[in-house]
Amino acid sequence: MAADALALERAPRAVTGRAGGSLARGVATGYLSLVVLLPLAALIWTSRASGLGTFWEQATRPEAVAALKLTLGVAAVCALLNAVAGTAIAWTLVRDRFPGKGVVDALIDLPFALPTIVAGLTLLALYGSGGPFGIDVAFTRSALLLALLFVTLPFVVRAVQPVLLELDSEMEEAAASLGARPLAVFRRIVFPNLLPAILSGVALAFARAVGEFGAVVLISGNLPFKTEVASVYIFGQLQSGNESGAAAVSVLLLVISLAVLLAIGAFRRWRTRHDG
Amino acid sequence: MARYALRFGALGYLALLLFVPVGLVFYRAFEHGFGHAWEAVSTHQAVHALELTLLIAAIAVPANTVFGIVLALALVRTRFPGRGLVNAIVDLPLALSPVVVGLALFLLYGRGGWLGGLAGHGVKILFALPGMVLATMFVSLPFVVREVVPVLREIGTDQEQAAETLGASPLQIFRRITFPAIRWAVAYGVVLTTARAIGEFGAVSVVSGRIEGRTETLPLYVQAQFEGFDTPGAYAASVVLALLAIATVVGLRAFHPREETA
Amino acid sequence: MKSIWIALLGIALLAGSAAGASKGTTVDLVAYSTPKDAYGKIISAFQKTTAGNGVGFTQSYDASGEQARKVAAGQPADVVNLSLQPDIDLLVRKNLLPKSWKQNAHRGIVSDSVVVFVVRDGNPKHIKGWGDLIKTGIQVITPNPFTSGGARWNVMAAYGALRRQGKSDRQAIQYLSKLFHHVPVQPDSARQALQVFAQGKGDVLLTYENDAIYAGKKGVHTEYHIPKATLLIETPVALTKTGLAKPAAKAFYRYLWSSTAQKAFADQGYRPVVKSAARGYRFYKPPGLFTIGTKKLGLNGWQRVNRRFFDPNSGVMAKIERSLGR
Repeated sequence: MAADALALERAPRAVTGRAGGSLARGVATGYLSLVVLLPLAALIWTSRASGLGTFWEQATRPEAVAALKLTLGVAAVCALLNAVAGTAIAWTLVRDRFPGKGVVDALIDLPFALPTIVAGLTLLALYGSGGPFGIDVAFTRSALLLALLFVTLPFVVRAVQPVLLELDSEMEEAAASLGARPLAVFRRIVFPNLLPAILSGVALAFARAVGEFGAVVLISGNLPFKTEVASVYIFGQLQSGNESGAAAVSVLLLVISLAVLLAIGAFRRWRTRHDG
Repeated sequence: MARYALRFGALGYLALLLFVPVGLVFYRAFEHGFGHAWEAVSTHQAVHALELTLLIAAIAVPANTVFGIVLALALVRTRFPGRGLVNAIVDLPLALSPVVVGLALFLLYGRGGWLGGLAGHGVKILFALPGMVLATMFVSLPFVVREVVPVLREIGTDQEQAAETLGASPLQIFRRITFPAIRWAVAYGVVLTTARAIGEFGAVSVVSGRIEGRTETLPLYVQAQFEGFDTPGAYAASVVLALLAIATVVGLRAFHPREETA
Repeated sequence: MKSIWIALLGIALLAGSAAGASKGTTVDLVAYSTPKDAYGKIISAFQKTTAGNGVGFTQSYDASGEQARKVAAGQPADVVNLSLQPDIDLLVRKNLLPKSWKQNAHRGIVSDSVVVFVVRDGNPKHIKGWGDLIKTGIQVITPNPFTSGGARWNVMAAYGALRRQGKSDRQAIQYLSKLFHHVPVQPDSARQALQVFAQGKGDVLLTYENDAIYAGKKGVHTEYHIPKATLLIETPVALTKTGLAKPAAKAFYRYLWSSTAQKAFADQGYRPVVKSAARGYRFYKPPGLFTIGTKKLGLNGWQRVNRRFFDPNSGVMAKIERSLGR
């Protein structure tokens, strides 16, 4: 009897059986390799194929450096703005009540579902030349930021909402009844609990903003040194036949964005452990 | 007081960023009447673009769903060396720019690439459907896996192990116990995958060649028409895509595992 | 759940059958970025002829250099109409086109145009000649010479015009450098450059006369001026080796010089190469018109010019582009 119980307690066996398990694993890894790993390997190989010297030369071209700096800078600003706006929106959707809230809540997902080129076109319709309110920010960095804010809208909101829902409002009410001002309540009680979720959302928003192409390609004008982001630069290099240049900057972009993501992830795990 | 300020601020932000621009696209598309918009979107080229977009999704989404479930099972129910790495690779498409994805495929399958010889044997990858499907599969890969993994973890293996000791075959266990438990997560993942597949632009831009009537998806069509000064056509096609997006959003609501309290 | 799968499968089958439904021959046309409207008319007219009956077409329009590279990389093509000869030569080198492609009455040239200045309605900055382009504060839009054929015509028009003014080779190249310092953005193709200009960026756009006329047709608030000294643009068309094997493609290729086709080009602002088709259209002939082969201005044919000016590493334009990096 005891032996049977022990047998059950041992490490979970593959649901699909031992032989089936390896087959499933094999097929899954094969699929992953074909779809993801092989192309990426070809990319990394091409970037180094003409030698590290060419890699460095391509990666440090003034236009490439400017594009990378701009991309990281705008993505960071976008992520930070999202942290604030996203939290505010999530708060309003969870804690507030107003007619049409359900519709608003549903529409938050729209930027995720909309093709990026359509996102760019919609912003251009309103904020470009020919827009009904006379605003024309096309070809500026504001337009760039606008496009990125659009496509990254859902990430922080959707990351924070479930946490806010779960959060016990009793603590906040208790603190408020003891005389703490709303801002202090937020700072001391709510915010530390939300921070990991905000950081998750920020990480996703940053990753998305760094790589965004379709939304910025119409509205930003792609002016080198001013509004040309890395993805557009890479596309342009490929179109001009400079494959090694495109590959070099791609690899650089990938490494940098992965590094930032790992940093945010590590910080998040540190915070979660801290708060227990 | 603070509540109203917050509500006003949040809704104002959403209006300026999301509602008004999207509403404007609908307005612009139907500005000259519904008939005009219909005409603009029922050209041969537009219809083919829509069909192509749906066809690509119809291939990529089931593929990613099946392998998503298999991958999730492998990640959660088995232990193998490199599990952490596989986990990271699955998340990779979320961090990669679509242009980089397209470039990687272009370098792999183009003339001079490792698999460039395929074209010589009549297997066209680039500038044809397979390349576009591969690009779409790449970018929409993570969603089903990411939705199913936490659910699999949560439900645990008790029921499955019990069934196994009772003599059920692996397939029976999957059909009767595992799948019903994860099906809403799968559905949610499928909706996310479909949305991403239909909306894909950057990667497909690179690998498709944008051949009208052959490799031009609806998002590519929107760009082509806009650049060709056919703004009615661009807006009309955008409305079609926006409607598909709204259908997606409704689907997400329907399959949403979370409960709304407020 | 099952119903979703069935629906998806249904869509797949429907779409698949629609996609594969093209019976009979299909001719693959690959062209540079501007002649889409012209080919729309020409293809419809061709399909009404006996040779064109039941023939399907796929079309691709993009920057000339990009198109050449894509066809070289495997994009299917039977008839290629690119902006300038070097892009066709690339395909000859890759063994996709026969060397004899231009052995016909018109040397393979299907339409002509000239390089013009497109300015805002009323020409508020009074841009008339090449010297006006480098005045302080003037912003010039031209596509990227390494992707766009139109851009290369623009560059050589500027060079030739300066040489015609009596400037030396070195001075003309200096002008090119100054000119490109006035260019805030270089879109990929001529059509994209027009779009950028139409959206309000820049004071003057350098482009083909036919695209300037196209802009007018599309209601963009611009006018165009033909500078006194400018370059004759001659766009070549060729049958690829796969096209030579398709009777429909060969028939279509020949049809491009028929009076119907040439008139269709003229309607879209191109200068027809068949003189009889040009009757009834008034095209201004600038006094200082030159070609890419006008030796006395230092233009000795596209092969040499392309190598000297547009080699991606050692070309004159490559050096100028590098100097733009601030």
